[in-house]
Amino acid sequence: MTSEALHASTAAKPSMGWRWLLAAIVAALLVALPFAVRSFGYESFTGLATQVLIYGIAALSLNLILGYGGMVSFGHAAFFGVGAYAVGILYYHMADDSLFLGLVPGTDAMLITLPAAMIVAGLVAAIIGGFSLRTGGVQFIMITLAFAQMLFFLFVSLDTYGGDDGLIMRRRDVLPFLDTRDPTTFYYLCLAAAALWLGVTYCLVRSRFGFVLNGMRQNENRMAAMGYAPYPYKLVAFVIAGMGAGLAGALMANYLRFASPDMLHWTKSGELMMMVILGGAGTLFGPLLGAAALVILEAVLTAYTENWQLPLGIILLAIVLFSHGGIVALVRRFLPDKP
Amino acid sequence: MTAPLLDVQGLSKRFGGLTATDSVDLTLPEGELHALIGPNGAGKTTLISQLVGALPHDSGSIKLAGEEIGQLPVWKRVHRGLGRTFQITQLLPDFTALDTVMLAVQSRHGHSFRFFADARRNRAIRSEAAQYLDQVGLAPRAQARVGDLAQGERKQLELAAALAGKPRLLLLDEPMAGLGTAESQQMIGQLAALKGKITMLIVEHDMEAVFTLADRVSVLVYGKVIAQGDVEAIKNNEDVRTAYLGEGDV
Amino acid sequence: MLVLEQILNGIQFGIALFLMSAGLTLIFGIMGVINLTHGSLYMVGAYAAAIVAAKTGSALLALLAGLAGAAVAGVVIEALVIRRLYARDHLDQVLATFALILIINQTATMLFGRQPLFVAMPPALSHSVTLLPGLVYPVYRLVVIGVGLLVAIGLALLINRTRIGMLVRAGATSREMVRALGVDIRLLYTVVFGLGALLAGLAGAMAGPIIAVQVGMGEQILILAFVVVVIGGVGSVRGAFYGALLAGLIDTLLRAFLPGLLRQVMTGSGADALGAGLSSMGVYLLMAIVLLLRPKGLFVKQS
Repeated sequence: MTSEALHASTAAKPSMGWRWLLAAIVAALLVALPFAVRSFGYESFTGLATQVLIYGIAALSLNLILGYGGMVSFGHAAFFGVGAYAVGILYYHMADDSLFLGLVPGTDAMLITLPAAMIVAGLVAAIIGGFSLRTGGVQFIMITLAFAQMLFFLFVSLDTYGGDDGLIMRRRDVLPFLDTRDPTTFYYLCLAAAALWLGVTYCLVRSRFGFVLNGMRQNENRMAAMGYAPYPYKLVAFVIAGMGAGLAGALMANYLRFASPDMLHWTKSGELMMMVILGGAGTLFGPLLGAAALVILEAVLTAYTENWQLPLGIILLAIVLFSHGGIVALVRRFLPDKP
Repeated sequence: MTAPLLDVQGLSKRFGGLTATDSVDLTLPEGELHALIGPNGAGKTTLISQLVGALPHDSGSIKLAGEEIGQLPVWKRVHRGLGRTFQITQLLPDFTALDTVMLAVQSRHGHSFRFFADARRNRAIRSEAAQYLDQVGLAPRAQARVGDLAQGERKQLELAAALAGKPRLLLLDEPMAGLGTAESQQMIGQLAALKGKITMLIVEHDMEAVFTLADRVSVLVYGKVIAQGDVEAIKNNEDVRTAYLGEGDV
Repeated sequence: MLVLEQILNGIQFGIALFLMSAGLTLIFGIMGVINLTHGSLYMVGAYAAAIVAAKTGSALLALLAGLAGAAVAGVVIEALVIRRLYARDHLDQVLATFALILIINQTATMLFGRQPLFVAMPPALSHSVTLLPGLVYPVYRLVVIGVGLLVAIGLALLINRTRIGMLVRAGATSREMVRALGVDIRLLYTVVFGLGALLAGLAGAMAGPIIAVQVGMGEQILILAFVVVVIGGVGSVRGAFYGALLAGLIDTLLRAFLPGLLRQVMTGSGADALGAGLSSMGVYLLMAIVLLLRPKGLFVKQS
């Protein structure tokens, strides 16, 4: 069995020079975006771009275990939602002047909430991964799905934190010197976070750890025969990916000033997987492109029809069945190959 | 008197009603090249899988240099000095030949939970890996994608990756399978060059190779060792001839 | 008496889960395909039965409609999409069938709206019987349990006593073996998939009078069916049976009694919400425990 979706990572790569040039151009455009859209009168695009960046971080983190590690995790939204709730719950207790579990005081300092969200998400990933990674194949997919759904039900049941309706934050978390309420400032914050996570992913993928992880994806028997124990590497990758999703969730909670159980719903996990595939699994920039594609596609379709999930589903189905390697593969076809 | 490098006693494995491995005893002194032969379905690969740890055995003991390794997972046995090649090559299709051997070398250089430095740029590991590729004659194909390699080259890569682990005991499962005449000769040459330096247990069907290389031979039929001895003894053994071909020359 | 009633409810829920997970476990085990649209077949069965029941008032016709609807939907889905996924890996299967769910659910919403359909209990079965002094139980639910047990026995006979069943057993342990034996793998796949679709349709058709028929009902039970398959072991129908009963009992009993227990220690509405949430989590925690002890499921050989 082959995965067409992983085709992008193994297709011929264009020369490094072109890729970095393209990346630099895109980066420049992203930095200029708030000013460009303001001059055209489309301020709301900044919000859209912010969402793209946030989902991009989540998709990048999923790509680490899915695209590079070959682990089909169908519960990644759990870590996204946990990160969001970490921020929401800390805010709630700050506003309420009470202690979480009677021990932890609330806060709205982003310098604390963002790392806290990542740590909590990482812990949850360690537990879920600890159980799930003892299995593989079909079971792994189902188990990750099930655990995420379990957390969904947990948050629905927490009346204090909004339950089904979700948890509202009156204001975003604060940063020293910066006004996070300003959409442009918040956009640049997310841009910086995305760049940071991209950098982390870049390092990881090229490191010894990433080397081993990629090998595990291709053939676990071969790796074992070369002296590598699969479980520890997969678990560490799973936790790192969870932390990335937690960071994204924390940023999303701040962006929306809202955390809801829907952020943990299995359909959200499906959306994240879609972003990874759309962009090109196992590639560095793919997840960002996929996030952009899906967010923009949804925004466009929602504007036309209430039944937007139908054309979305058709498009996605067509892409999975007929495309080879997503947007990255498409772009590469137009770039000159390695000399 | 030094302990044998590999000491297998009473190894057994059943699949439901079928006895795949029937109380096998096997002792390899250090430096020996031991061949394991037998008709198809005799359980040779099953035996290798149990020695390596990919398949759990039901009873018996497996000792490497006096230490019981029977309960260890595959990767731990590899670190104790066991190496193996696969009958049907198990490789990493997206990586290059050099990448593959580098991973094997990297495994000996402590843990791989290093997250920052570029793994492929590590000069020490790279040059060591290149040496192993050179040793098996794959140096010109170092940058070739494993998925693009020919069958003979894949077998050579399996050998290079196994050697890169600096094993004390090398288990080779049909290293000649799928190779043409010239490639087979090359592989025989390589194994002959290793003879005496590494202890080897080779499963093979190619009788010429077996009789050229082996110090001693074990014959496995229906999971049971029906004969064990040096090449001449095995060639002249009645039971072996019957088991293999009915009657007639080997 | 309340406990006994809830135990029966748990068994009845378990039967519905069994019908879903038996098909799933066979499809996973024999075809190696992850099919998220299995839940959609349940929904199709439920809607078909509900509509025919409303139009004709006949429970029998409704049941047949449910089975037929699910069968037709199954054939169409298999021919158009699933067939292309056999050679692909799990990721592609998950994504393709996920996209398919979006399409199917949105189409259902466009056809039937978002309001749940309430299906009247078939008049012949709408009364209750006294099983034991003090225990009065709806006949309909007893019928559901009965049908489920019949199906279980039928499946057991099919799998253990027929040639097709032998192939199913062989296929569940080793797909390659079956192929190597020269068996017409397409026929086997069709039988397995069709059987799964019928079971899902049956579950959906019978569910109508008990729960609300609405878009999204398929996915809710699908995930629980996944959990049952994990608990019982992939490829094991026996595992699906006992796993489903266990899951059904735990879920129902927790839902019935946990909120009450919590109300002893917390205030009213918080206890109810928390109780409902924790009850929902119960089955997943059971799955976690099984994973710790027997990672491949209760009824599958651990290697």
